[in-house]
Amino acid sequence: MAMIDHSTEAAPPPETRAMRLRNFWADYRQSWVAVAALIVIAALLLGSFFSPFWVPQNPYDLAGLDWLDAFLPPGTVGSGGYAHLLGTDNAGRDMLSAILYGLRTSFLIGLTAGVLALAIGITVGLTAAYFGGRIEALLMRVVDLQLSMPAILLALVMVAMLGQGIAQIIFALVVAQYAYFARTTHGAASVERRKDYIEAARSTPLPTSRIMFKHLLPNVLPPLIVVATVQVASAISLEATLSFLGVGLPLTEPSLGTLISNGFKYIHAGRYWLSIYPGIFLMITVVAINLVGDQVRKVLDPRNSR
Amino acid sequence: MFGYLVGRLSQAVVVVFVMSVIVFVGVYAIGNPIDVMIDPGATAEIRENLIRQYGLDQPLWRQYFTFVGNVFQGDLGRSMVYNISVTSLVFSRLPATLELVLVSVTIAAVIGIPAGLYAGYRPNSIAAKLIMALSVLGFSVPTFWIGMLLIMAFAVELGWLPSGGRGEVGNFLWFQTSLATTNGWSHVILPAINLSLFKLGLLIRLTRAGMVEAMGAEYVRFARAQGLPDRQIVFSHILRNISIPVVTVFGLELGSTLAFAVVTETVFNWPGIGKLIIDSILQLDRPVMVSYLVMVVILFVIINLTVDLIYARLDPRVRLKGGS
Amino acid sequence: MTAALELKGLTTRFQTRTGHVTAVNDVSFAVQKGRILGLVGESGSGKSVTGFSILGLIAPPGEVCAGEVLVDGVDLRQLREEEMRKMRGRKVAMVFQDPMMTLNPVLRVGDQMAMAVRVHRAMSKPAAFEEARKALDAVGIPAAAERLRAYPHQLSGGMRQRVAIAMALLHSPSVIIADEATTALDVSIQGQILAEVRKLCDQTGTAIVWITHDLAVVSSLADDICVMYAGRIVERGTAQQVIDYPRHPYTRGLLDSIPARHAPGTPLPQIPGSTPQLSRLPTGCPFRPRCPKASDICATPPPTHAIDGQTVLCHHPLERS
Repeated sequence: MAMIDHSTEAAPPPETRAMRLRNFWADYRQSWVAVAALIVIAALLLGSFFSPFWVPQNPYDLAGLDWLDAFLPPGTVGSGGYAHLLGTDNAGRDMLSAILYGLRTSFLIGLTAGVLALAIGITVGLTAAYFGGRIEALLMRVVDLQLSMPAILLALVMVAMLGQGIAQIIFALVVAQYAYFARTTHGAASVERRKDYIEAARSTPLPTSRIMFKHLLPNVLPPLIVVATVQVASAISLEATLSFLGVGLPLTEPSLGTLISNGFKYIHAGRYWLSIYPGIFLMITVVAINLVGDQVRKVLDPRNSR
Repeated sequence: MFGYLVGRLSQAVVVVFVMSVIVFVGVYAIGNPIDVMIDPGATAEIRENLIRQYGLDQPLWRQYFTFVGNVFQGDLGRSMVYNISVTSLVFSRLPATLELVLVSVTIAAVIGIPAGLYAGYRPNSIAAKLIMALSVLGFSVPTFWIGMLLIMAFAVELGWLPSGGRGEVGNFLWFQTSLATTNGWSHVILPAINLSLFKLGLLIRLTRAGMVEAMGAEYVRFARAQGLPDRQIVFSHILRNISIPVVTVFGLELGSTLAFAVVTETVFNWPGIGKLIIDSILQLDRPVMVSYLVMVVILFVIINLTVDLIYARLDPRVRLKGGS
Repeated sequence: MTAALELKGLTTRFQTRTGHVTAVNDVSFAVQKGRILGLVGESGSGKSVTGFSILGLIAPPGEVCAGEVLVDGVDLRQLREEEMRKMRGRKVAMVFQDPMMTLNPVLRVGDQMAMAVRVHRAMSKPAAFEEARKALDAVGIPAAAERLRAYPHQLSGGMRQRVAIAMALLHSPSVIIADEATTALDVSIQGQILAEVRKLCDQTGTAIVWITHDLAVVSSLADDICVMYAGRIVERGTAQQVIDYPRHPYTRGLLDSIPARHAPGTPLPQIPGSTPQLSRLPTGCPFRPRCPKASDICATPPPTHAIDGQTVLCHHPLERS
């Protein structure tokens, strides 16, 4: 809450912003683990989004699959004439291709849900902080109630009501997560609102929405960035969990969760690669995002400022 | 104190009411459970009869009030899949979940608190850094995947422990629990570890943060200046202070342990209420879904209230006042 | 006669990113039984670190690296950690500045006091409570038995500080180190407590090191005064010598800035500049940049001058007028 004390101007001139960015990077660089995590995320993002152009196989084009290739252990050369580095699954899919396609879906869901939850959370938080009174009490009571329940439970309620599919999952994730953003925004914004410059802006004929988004928002951004990183990671993890439980994406949609869920059936048969490798990718993704979030929090924390 | 309790309880009633409406309407708005229940070839007459039997021909608000009226008589409805009362269904599954939660919470507390204390007492030691790295993993790696790894390692590869299911139950006092048999323990240990990891990570972080803060506190210096040995300072002075946030957060997290049991129970095929809710969602067993969710909401409200009361007991500076 | 407390050349350093910082530099003084020594200086002068160094409570990155700490003739620095622990509270006790923070907020006063009793004396809990009650009586706390059942936040600030003082007195130590013990209190309560301390000190023969930034407080309380600046004792003497005839320009400056010594309405003189950073001390006399009498020679280490037991560390000591 006290994080935003250092910048009271609503819109800093561009050169300061560039300078701030450079300072931010200089601080961020202090931890090599965090830098490595950032590189890993970039590699995974690029690798998965461009996967159709470079992986050996489109794993969801049924015509390209050969049943004879089923359950090949990692490294085996299949009928396609190339080595399946991470093996193949029960339908003869190349696991590496399937994982990268799946990762793309996971990222898409995590990022979309994160951005939507961020937008809704900011709107709710700013509205509550700006108007105060009854509106604030009502909105924040709902947010607090939601926060007292685990996200997975809320997501379960939502999928129980909405059924399966990408849109439904994203909706469930947004419902489960917007409250974190709303609480953070509200906390930072209500500190900010009491400051004189907002009072000054309110006495001018500026429209309410303009004051909220142009003047309040920039000051609540730093803590939101941290929450956003963590929430994207937990959205990805939550989607995988729901899909694993069988209430998330249908098996025909490639995501890390559905891949692991599918592979789980075969672990007793010693075919570990069907579930282990997508799991490793999931773990690396989630841990890397969390490490980046941790470092961003440290850098933005004014108590650590030089 | 009394005014406070009344205020909190009436708040709780409102919360439960609102949540039950949302859940009821939400769940009843989707799908047609009759299609799931009956043979597609059944006659229209059988269909009509069933719909009437379950009251599905009534308007939604009347269905809701019938539901609430029945709840007050202890009747949560009938499962459409198992065709027995939801109450007995839930209570037949509840002991399994409770023993799982109990064991995992114990594991988290017995390991997490000493580990966190140590990590805070010697924050620069290698052991402390290791403990913190583990807590980050326990925190961020998805539960279901760790559960799968545990099965692969201890059940499939090493063959030491069973990979799922609940073991034999025995009698302990007036309970029937699998914790009374060796076979039962061999079944509960892996899922309990799995379920405990998130809580373990959380507890380590909390205790460590509290310890680090306390070690720099003036009252600890003063205790040192009186010649108290470190052991006594940690256990008589610091532990009491740390216990306040730890108990609070941990208590609140108890509810989420029940929620996360959904995941662990599915991975380990554990016949508790978590597995029940997943199955009921997959099979569109509405009465079970609604009852489970409403019960969980009630449970959460009870836990929150209890934690507040414990908090007030532990911290002499807190005095409960009426209202919120 | 052996002094209750004697420091010889005590030096404490802190390791920082840029190198060593000497917070306590070659400090020597002695306090006899039943006497009160005022240790005066601005914040950051090293007076609190001196207190903690005496008790052996300096934690890394800090380290006591030279000197002797003699309590009743025994050098505490020669003791092993466990023996040292047994000295704390029993032979040397300490009272801190903030009575809000020094007592554990979640434990009853009686439990905390009983713990402090039992750590050095094998006795039952009820007996320890009885000791605690007597100690509270001794520092003038009314209804002592009732206070034992209270939590710290239920007592007033002055009451809490009396409790802390009572705890320091539990084992009739040879030395009590009081670090800004009354600074946080109202002036009237401060006066009461000072009178109480003076009385106890006379009765029990305990020696007291009274650490404060407030020269006015020690002038009425202390028998002897040491003035600290940038880790060094720059002037030492009886209270009367130092107050009436200060010889170090810094002491003079401190005395001149006490409001009570000036007629109302006249401007209050101040020492120019601010407390130096220990990591960036000038060569020679550290007070040089702020000193009205500084000359070129002050860039070399200042010599010690002594008259009638009053010593001063300065190139240009003030003449006794």
